[in-house]
Amino acid sequence: MSQNEIRYSKEHEWVKSTEQGLFLVGVTEFAQEQMGDVVYVEMDDVGTSCNQFTKVGEIESVKAVSDLYTPIGGEIVEVNEELINNPELVNNDPLNGGWMLKIKVSDIQEINNLMTEEEYKNYIQQL
Amino acid sequence: MAKQFPYIGNSEIEQEAILEYLGIKSAEDLFVDIPKEYRDSNLSEIPSSISEMQLVEHLTLLSEKNINPNPSKSFIGAGAYHHYIPSTVLSLAQRGEYLTSYTPYQAEVSQGTLQVTYELQSLITELYGMDVANAGMYEGGSSLAEAALMACRVKNIYKVACLSTIAPRYKEVLRSYLAPQSIEIVFMDTNDVDMKKDEYACLIVQYPNFYGSIEDMRALSDTAHKSNSLFVVSADPLAAVMYKAPGDYGADIVVGEGQGLGIPISFGGPYIGLFACKSEYLRQMPGRIVGKTVDKRGDSAFVLTLQTREQHIRRERATSNICTSEALMGLMMTIYVATLGKSGLQQVASSCFHNAHYAAEQISQIDGFELINSQPFFNEFVIACPISPKIINKKLIEVGIIGGLDISDQIDNGILFCFTEIHSKESIDSLVDNLKHVN
Amino acid sequence: MSEYNKMPLLMDLSRKDKFGVSLSDIDVPLSELPESSLLREDIQLPELSQLDVVRYFTNLSQMNYSIDTQFYPLGSCTMKYNPKINDQLASLKGFSNIHPLIEESLVQGSLELMFNLQSYLSNISGMTATSLSTMAGAQGELAGVLMIKAFHEKQSTSSKRNVILIPDSAHGTNPASASMAGFSVKSIPSDQNGNMDIDVLKENANENLAGIMLTLPSTLGLFDNQIVDICNIVHEAGGLVYGDGANMNAWMGQTKLGDLGFDVIHINLHKTFSTPHGGGGPGSGPVCVNDTLLNYLPGPVVQRNSNVYEFVEMPDTIGHLGAFHGNFGVLVRAYCYIRALGKEGIPEVSKNAVMNANYIMNKLKHAYDIGFDNRSICMHEVVFTARKQKQNGVKGLDIAKRLLDYGYHAPTMYFPLIVDEALMVEPTESESKNTLDKFIDAMLQIADECENNSELLHEAPHNTPVQRLDEALAARQPNLKWSTK
Repeated sequence: MSQNEIRYSKEHEWVKSTEQGLFLVGVTEFAQEQMGDVVYVEMDDVGTSCNQFTKVGEIESVKAVSDLYTPIGGEIVEVNEELINNPELVNNDPLNGGWMLKIKVSDIQEINNLMTEEEYKNYIQQL
Repeated sequence: MAKQFPYIGNSEIEQEAILEYLGIKSAEDLFVDIPKEYRDSNLSEIPSSISEMQLVEHLTLLSEKNINPNPSKSFIGAGAYHHYIPSTVLSLAQRGEYLTSYTPYQAEVSQGTLQVTYELQSLITELYGMDVANAGMYEGGSSLAEAALMACRVKNIYKVACLSTIAPRYKEVLRSYLAPQSIEIVFMDTNDVDMKKDEYACLIVQYPNFYGSIEDMRALSDTAHKSNSLFVVSADPLAAVMYKAPGDYGADIVVGEGQGLGIPISFGGPYIGLFACKSEYLRQMPGRIVGKTVDKRGDSAFVLTLQTREQHIRRERATSNICTSEALMGLMMTIYVATLGKSGLQQVASSCFHNAHYAAEQISQIDGFELINSQPFFNEFVIACPISPKIINKKLIEVGIIGGLDISDQIDNGILFCFTEIHSKESIDSLVDNLKHVN
Repeated sequence: MSEYNKMPLLMDLSRKDKFGVSLSDIDVPLSELPESSLLREDIQLPELSQLDVVRYFTNLSQMNYSIDTQFYPLGSCTMKYNPKINDQLASLKGFSNIHPLIEESLVQGSLELMFNLQSYLSNISGMTATSLSTMAGAQGELAGVLMIKAFHEKQSTSSKRNVILIPDSAHGTNPASASMAGFSVKSIPSDQNGNMDIDVLKENANENLAGIMLTLPSTLGLFDNQIVDICNIVHEAGGLVYGDGANMNAWMGQTKLGDLGFDVIHINLHKTFSTPHGGGGPGSGPVCVNDTLLNYLPGPVVQRNSNVYEFVEMPDTIGHLGAFHGNFGVLVRAYCYIRALGKEGIPEVSKNAVMNANYIMNKLKHAYDIGFDNRSICMHEVVFTARKQKQNGVKGLDIAKRLLDYGYHAPTMYFPLIVDEALMVEPTESESKNTLDKFIDAMLQIADECENNSELLHEAPHNTPVQRLDEALAARQPNLKWSTK
């Protein structure tokens, strides 16, 4: 997978590679639209290890709570502190400024369990 | 014609018209989903309908089977208090717009209830010296239990420490709420608090304690925080008008009973549980919360907020199952504090203090009566009597006085007395005189 | 944020040295104060004249909708008329001025009232006994599941029964209460008729089953005619059946949950028994049990021994859930309501509540789809769905908000969760056909607006004291109290 290439999960999270072995995780445009105004994001602590597709946080909108599942396993090395004061970034810029976690990936092969951009586009059209 | 009932909107003619529209002969046809053999309207335990006039007569007679209440001759407290309630409280709180409205989920047509609740939250935080408060819990006991549950969530530790000087009835409620979640409660004597680091979610202290005394709050707060536990205080809000606020001692969660601030004593309820905490724990707080925001025009307005903590959204993962805030009692408390104002509330607190201290001095001068409290107290104290409190209270009743609470199960011949602004020197002197003659 | 407030806050009105009531002077000799380090230096509280206070709270009250001013078709909330006489009688000094810890022999009137109310509620629900101590529906639920837990633990100290089943249509309090009692919660889906999916129930009726929490009629306003079978399946698996009394207004005086096989139910006195909601409490949630759970009732319970009433604790009680004896003032009101209706009036209540709901359903079913439209009758409430209107870009929320402009409170929205764009209407027996006709007209006009003037709905409400609120702002930047200088 090349730098800045993006992959998607069925739970509407995305993952993309940044530096060597480090990946950013966030939610998709489709997800933010479904949730409505995001008011609070709570993520697991830096240093936590997580398996692919396990819960790593919660995203709250005004009247709903959604679980955040990591699309890829590894260790959380950074969380987006900006979201504490500006949760609206998840709505306004889900693919960039609204990123949630930075993960040191343990098994890069897990990427193969995810969808490419085109596959994801087809996937949400069928929903 | 069948009997008509004033609380049922349809006349017989209207009922007929509805049945006709529905194309059925009888309302029976609407209950066909109930298996026939389970149709049962036998209400043999319930008497026949009575008129409003008969109802008044019946309830008046029932109420007269209770002792004729005269609060100025009653000296019992222990968590429920006789205070004077200004005329504004009941007359405003009985307005139908407050009394018969629902929970303010439709903010556009509930600004009255919402703004009052925002005022109430503000008053609670000021009284307790805390950052944030919710809109209210059932009453003081369950509010304390919820505070303990919240401390366990915050710390992810399922064991709590509690001073043995909290109200025995609050201990019972704590047990009922905590045991099912396998949370252990360790009761400790004030002078023997032993908490290892990270062993307990919190230390629970009552302020003033059940026996009326002010605990060494500074030391207890330090002990709790040194062991990485939360400092949870169950505080009388009126005492906190005169004595330092629990927040001044670094309390993390403060709860209490709001009844003393404008709510009728009413045989134990309805009351309101107060609940406040530091802002860092806001999202773990149970109960309803009102916040200020703007409407579409940009005008400021109020709305229920942070609802994702609550049962109707988070279901089994909610911070609590509670879905009331005892709003009407919160309204009464808000009207009470607004009416008395700063000086009035300070005077009530001062009056409670001086009446109690005068009474303590007078009673402890009677032969055989001894004041047990060695620490400062507010408006309650314990007297060890020369004879059984049971006998004393019986003799007092004969002269129309309700004595203090018999706590001889905890302190030998102990009575817990309570004094408020409702007592005059004359009523206190009369109690003292009668105590002199019980021997 | 705009500083313009429709109504200033108490602190904005506050002016130094004002007060709203005169107090008696302290007439005892003053005692020495404790050392100053224990005392509070200052406190910031409002200072207002009595007229300031009266105007403030009177003006604020007029920004509320209420039953006394408007029809409240609020599904699942049973917003019936709250008789005025009941408030008056609960305020009798002989009730309202009595301390809760006075010796029982001196409060026989209060205890007699409680004893009789216990027996009335047991009779109506078909149960053996009732405890009035629980202070709200949710606390009644908690007591109910705590009793189920205590029962299983008494049967076997190593009980593995830790699962409570709850239909997906249930109120959020049900799973929240079960989880507070230390149970794990499993959801059961509804079938295409809005009834419980019996096959899923059977799969879960095993040695881990502690019990099931049911609402009858369901929150869809439907009476599940398999109810007796459901109770049998749960009992055969060793579980117990809990009934949420939220919808009791449909069946009181028509059937009894005790007869149907329920082991414990709670009753909302603030719904079925007409005690005022007060803008969100106080309520009261008595729990009624059959013989199986009799010994586990929360304390205290009132018993009669040769015409003397006393508080007792049941032998295996789950304990006290509040410091005193429950919301007594609410109990007085419910007692008055039952006595005024009497045994003749109670079945008339449910009959009229169900007739009114069916009238609305049939009058509106062409304009709005019904949540489960293969059922021809509903019980005391009807769940519509705005799916038809959604095609014009109008949501259930918009319809509800538009109703406010017509002078009606909104129906319950987006509940139950299993109905898309749900609008749940419960008229209660208090409303007359005349009122319902006007409401129906308003709903029909709104349906018309959905097709021809949907903009109007997106912006609604227009005529209320404030317009739609920025709820995201409220949650992102919580402002929860006034700031003191």
